[in-house]
Amino acid sequence: MQKKTETFEAMLKRLQEISEELESDEIGLDNSIKLYEEGIKLSKACAKKLEEAELKITELKKTLDS
Amino acid sequence: MSEILTVSEITNQIRQKLETDFLQVSVEGEISNFKPHVSGHWYFTLKDSNAQISCTMWKGLNNYVFFKPQDGMKVIANGRITVYPQRGNYQLDVKSMKISGEGELQAAFERLKKKLFEEGLFDEKYKKEIPPFPTKIGIVTAKDGAAFQDMISIATRRYPLVELVIRPTRVQGEGAAEDIVNGIYELNQTDVDLIIIGRGGGSLEDLWAFNEEIVARAIFKSRIPIISAVGHEIDFTISDFVADMRAPTPSAAMEIATPVAEKLLGNISEFQNEFSDILQSKVIGSKEILEQVINSYGFRMPQNIIKNKIQFVDNLWYRIENNLFNKLEKKKNKLEILSSKINANDTMRIQKKGFTIIRQNEKIVGSVHNLEKEKPFLIKFHDGEIGIN
Repeated sequence: MQKKTETFEAMLKRLQEISEELESDEIGLDNSIKLYEEGIKLSKACAKKLEEAELKITELKKTLDS
Repeated sequence: MSEILTVSEITNQIRQKLETDFLQVSVEGEISNFKPHVSGHWYFTLKDSNAQISCTMWKGLNNYVFFKPQDGMKVIANGRITVYPQRGNYQLDVKSMKISGEGELQAAFERLKKKLFEEGLFDEKYKKEIPPFPTKIGIVTAKDGAAFQDMISIATRRYPLVELVIRPTRVQGEGAAEDIVNGIYELNQTDVDLIIIGRGGGSLEDLWAFNEEIVARAIFKSRIPIISAVGHEIDFTISDFVADMRAPTPSAAMEIATPVAEKLLGNISEFQNEFSDILQSKVIGSKEILEQVINSYGFRMPQNIIKNKIQFVDNLWYRIENNLFNKLEKKKNKLEILSSKINANDTMRIQKKGFTIIRQNEKIVGSVHNLEKEKPFLIKFHDGEIGIN
């Protein structure tokens, strides 16, 4: 089973954070550019994940007999 | 005088008579003393206000009873009368059984609902939050059912990132409730972050497994949030009340469980635009600040500042020079005055005229009163000194 290093949810959360950080006035231009780069990269990764995803179906074997 | 029979003989005659005459009967009565044996057989009593009859229902046959008999339930049992010679009693051997009327089923439903409600199983405070972005959704339903196919297509369309983990179960008939319970339990041992239990629509009897107490308790005990989706738009099942969320159909449950990928993509590109906008405005803002600095007085006229400074330094220099010059002038004047005074009072010249200087204790003695006669003193002439002791 392929283990995802980062869940989609975590990535979305980070995007949200970046957005908030960018909006804050305290952040300098250098950091803003860094955040921007990270944000764009992350959003592309998110979109890619969504666009390329294929539904996975697995079956849980019964362990209890009823 | 009738003939004398053994107990076995009379019992046998009774048995033959009863088992022939009551080969197929339908009896309506209230269940009491219901005992499901570990062997799978059921033992219970049917009674009304005046009489009662023992009943048995064998394993295999009772598979077809969709509900779990409870004491007090009014049923119609079909079967035949059999005699059990060893104990000398007769009983109803039940072949099939149904609830006597929808009203009774509804009453059983209401009884359980009231009981669980009073125990707090439906309390809002126990409702777990449905995760907004599930990674794995466990599904407890029939693998071959339309409900599962519907859920697959909804998930594929809306949020293909998710993994569906099906735990196939019977959804109606004998053992369905137990199977659902085990399914919930087994999925709780996995890393799914949401469970949907459900089935497509059907009659109240078809849906009965979702009204069973054991299912309700399994849902309540689940550490993973559960959406109950029993395909019956209008009616609620007990599962619906206990579950963390109720969906009218399995498709609707999957819609609740999954975000829409398209909308997410929209959100993501919104993020991108937002980032660009913010960065752009920051860059513009920085540029403005830079321009302001460049256009500031200091940056526009740097020579002015230098000139000013030079002027300032020059001024200081003039002041220092002036002061110094003045002071020198003054000293020079003073010197000239002093030297002319000295010249005027040149002692040598006077001494040459015959004057002498008396010194005592290194001091010039200018008055006769200051001379200490007992001590030595010096007499200075213009051409030499002489000590007087």
